[in-house]
Amino acid sequence: MGSNILTVIYVLASVTFILGLKLLSSPATARRGNLIAASGMILAILGTIFLYEDEGVRLHNHIWIFGGLLIGGVAGAVAARKVKMTAMPEMVSLFNGMGGACAALISIVEFNRLAHDPRGWVSFPPISALGDAASVLSQSAGELVIIFAGLIIGSISFAGSVIAWGKLNGRIKDYAFKGQHWVNLSLFGLILVVAGWVIVSMSAPPSIDPSELKSLVDWNVVLPRLGPDLVQMRILFYLVFAMAVVYGILFVLPIGGADMPVVISLLNSFTGVAAACGGFLYDNKAMLTGGILVGAAGTLLTILMCRAMNRSLKNVLVGSFGGGAVAGQGGQKEQGNYREISVSDAAMLMSYAHKVMIVPGYGLAVAQAQHVCHELEKLLTEKGVEVKYAIHPVAGRMPGHMNVLLAEADVSYDHLLELEQANEEFPTTDVVIVLGANDVVNPAAKNDPSSPIYGMPILDVELAKTCIVNKRSMKPGYAGIENELFFRPKTSMLFGDAKKALQELIAEIKNL
Amino acid sequence: MGNLLNWLGVHQEMVYIVILMVFLGIEVIGRVPAVLHTPLMSGANAIHGVVIIGAIIVMGKAEDDNYVALALGFLAVVLGTLNVVGGFVVTDRMLEMFKKRK
Repeated sequence: MGSNILTVIYVLASVTFILGLKLLSSPATARRGNLIAASGMILAILGTIFLYEDEGVRLHNHIWIFGGLLIGGVAGAVAARKVKMTAMPEMVSLFNGMGGACAALISIVEFNRLAHDPRGWVSFPPISALGDAASVLSQSAGELVIIFAGLIIGSISFAGSVIAWGKLNGRIKDYAFKGQHWVNLSLFGLILVVAGWVIVSMSAPPSIDPSELKSLVDWNVVLPRLGPDLVQMRILFYLVFAMAVVYGILFVLPIGGADMPVVISLLNSFTGVAAACGGFLYDNKAMLTGGILVGAAGTLLTILMCRAMNRSLKNVLVGSFGGGAVAGQGGQKEQGNYREISVSDAAMLMSYAHKVMIVPGYGLAVAQAQHVCHELEKLLTEKGVEVKYAIHPVAGRMPGHMNVLLAEADVSYDHLLELEQANEEFPTTDVVIVLGANDVVNPAAKNDPSSPIYGMPILDVELAKTCIVNKRSMKPGYAGIENELFFRPKTSMLFGDAKKALQELIAEIKNL
Repeated sequence: MGNLLNWLGVHQEMVYIVILMVFLGIEVIGRVPAVLHTPLMSGANAIHGVVIIGAIIVMGKAEDDNYVALALGFLAVVLGTLNVVGGFVVTDRMLEMFKKRK
């Protein structure tokens, strides 16, 4: 009875996950989608605790389970509530890493269970019935593959996510050495070889003749001849675990900060697959559905992100972005002259314009200037100026990051234009103000085939009548590439921190 | 090899689920506008927190004297819950801001 109810609960949970992801795809229903998926999750968790049974045995250790849920729940909720909107990407990365670690831990416990109990890995009936051992063993081969898959993918996801988290908040610097790519590849190959060796040796049929068994009654004589040395197997298992962690670190370390969103999204789908491995282990459809759903969706999302930057996934993972060589090459170019504009001139220009387009970038996020920015928008709107925002898909540090930040400042969703819409509107725009964005408006992406960002779709701010660029200094942007836009005749520079510059602009416009 | 094929045969139901879910996942995400990519990634991140179920099963099955399993299971439950709760709360916080202004 109980287990039948649990089956229904798992079906419901799977449906809420699918429905949740679907509703998340529209701004109007997204929040509901998230809540629906969350309620399905709560249902699945409670159902598992109280109704799960394996061969008639219910789960115990309830105090431990609830203790863990309480600690994790409180810590998770507090961290998620307190985190600043600008630090959101690294928070997501960290939570993703926790999920990966959880999957790896499950694999460790399950492997220990198999390696501890001789009947676990051979599924032992009494010795006399050993003749069928081969067919029983076939199950454990599949189980071992799943355990190793969960361990390897989970560990890579955990280590990689922690590195990505450290990179985004500036604690960990890019690090690459010559031939790292080959070191990574060989390490990964080694992981597969060792894992394969353990799987093959542990699932190999016993090297004992069934007819011989009848004469052997003592377990101590039978056991060593039945299979591999379990101590050795466990050492190799932990070796695979350690190598997977190292691989996760080496995998993310050389990838430039600008590509971190792609990496986080990729690791997100990894964790999904690791969770699905648990679904195979426990024959649990809810875990399987949720995990694979995220694995597939996450992979597609990763590809979509790469496409937005016009780069292939391989390019992101193998090529180094924003490396020293690239920055040096850009720096050698003729700098030319740029024009500076005063705050009062900028204020004048904007208040007498018909249409102003704001192009926000990560600089705006770092300066926490989204609220001031919204204030400027309101002020200009009151003066009869049409104000819109042009959002590049990869503005900020994660796709859609900028939308979240502006939404936090109460900017209406209708005022946000996506790349194509914005590019259609630039020719009729009087003033474009670029706030802390750089690479997404760099014309080199269109006309310099040697540029590392060549081919990336950009916002064509040059089409507008004038363009004001707010930056802290003339230093190149995140990708380390010089931007010709700053030296164009239509462009003028407004130096200073985004928040301070905007505040001064607002004061100036009020005085007009 | 035969072992593995046999195992797949026993679990063919699961294999079908995997294949169907791969297509479903791609279909469902395909229509998401770029503005929702971050909340979507965060939401998907929370959903793979379903791995917590495995952690609960590990914890609940651990014998009272198997301290390694108890400790690892407990850690897994804590980390899994962090993933689930943190993931959903962060996503909700992001989406809260997408409310249409009247």
